Amino acid sequence: METLEPILAEHPFLKGMTPAQLQLLVGCASNVRFDPGQYIFREGEEANQFYIVRQGKVALEIVTPQRGSIIIDTLSNDEVLGWSWLLPPYHWHFNARALELTRAIALDGKCLRNKCESDHDLGYELLKRFVHLIEQRLQATRLQLLDLYGS
Amino acid sequence: MAETLSHPMLPHPYVIRQVRKETPDTFTLELEPDDGHHHPAFAPGQFNMLYLFGVGEIPISISGDPTRPLPLVHTTRAVGVVTNAMRALKRGQALGVRGPFGTHWPVEKAEGQDVLIVAGGIGLAPLRPAMYAILAQREKFGKVVLLYGARTPSDILFRRQLEQWRAQFDLEVYVSVDRATGAWRGNVGVVTKLIPKAPFDPRNTVAFVCGPEVMMRFTVAELEKRGVLSRQIFVSMERNMKCGIGWCGHCQFGPAFVCKDGPVFPYTEVKELMTRWEI
Repeated sequence: METLEPILAEHPFLKGMTPAQLQLLVGCASNVRFDPGQYIFREGEEANQFYIVRQGKVALEIVTPQRGSIIIDTLSNDEVLGWSWLLPPYHWHFNARALELTRAIALDGKCLRNKCESDHDLGYELLKRFVHLIEQRLQATRLQLLDLYGS
Repeated sequence: MAETLSHPMLPHPYVIRQVRKETPDTFTLELEPDDGHHHPAFAPGQFNMLYLFGVGEIPISISGDPTRPLPLVHTTRAVGVVTNAMRALKRGQALGVRGPFGTHWPVEKAEGQDVLIVAGGIGLAPLRPAMYAILAQREKFGKVVLLYGARTPSDILFRRQLEQWRAQFDLEVYVSVDRATGAWRGNVGVVTKLIPKAPFDPRNTVAFVCGPEVMMRFTVAELEKRGVLSRQIFVSMERNMKCGIGWCGHCQFGPAFVCKDGPVFPYTEVKELMTRWEI
């Protein structure tokens, strides 16, 4: 049976992981799809996955009483969605909504946390990748905060 | 290419043919000479000094089509006394025009290569002539990619034109806004986020970048990360330009005058200056 291993191995986020590590990840991975408008997760819900977007577009949004839903970021092909599964209390901080038909690979966070606890090499490899991702998002957020195009 | 001006400090009277609101705080002026004066051709990226009599004179980039120099088209944001007064002008009123001045986007250097244009906010205005120039001789270039970042969907400049360009088969246009409401279906995030996935060959690309300086710095960093050579990157600087011909020194930028040696510079020439304080 064809597994998700070749897809994970080719993905830039996971490139360089050993075959054994990829095998461990495959055990926690599944294919998912979301229709346009469908929520992938909502703020406050338990964060038990992260997603590798294969095709489509996802809006990260926050709902405010005065201004309604505000989109703060969009993610598309090959981008990684979600890191709240890594940090207690494992709750999502934003809503994620598919803007168009979106196909992704979901990785089970609970499953991964257990594997990372028992295999620190795997945990370190994953953390390095997520720290890089978080750094990129932090830089982008800082630029957004500068409101560069304002008067 | 721009023609030599005999009296560079003497404004020529122009009459307003149209004032068009582009976004809540930007507008476009279309001008025609009022004295039979033949307006000199301009190159993409050059600017004119526009003189609103009794109010003041300011530099504004030309945003029109260099292959059709008239009407003379300028797009700017209403931010100060002069631009706010200009926004209130009506068809038929007069303005003084000096120019065109400054260096241009080296479109000719990009022939045979991919062209990447990265614009932020009002920075799309001085890049639009480069787009026109490239599209007028489209067969000379490889891939042509425009990445544009705006504050919100309602701040997107030349929206209709961007939609038309995006519909073309030989042009890639990607727009991202810094924030949006739930109704927006496009990209959200800083414009630099578009660079890693944009379809161009980094080793064979000439990049033109215009926007706020911080945006240009981060854009260049992302371009270099992708593999674009520094010497293939060009940026447009903005300073307090007054005379337009390097006499007064108001726009001094290290060893250069932005009005005369710029506004378009090879990135390698301004790289050090862009991160130095008080320049």
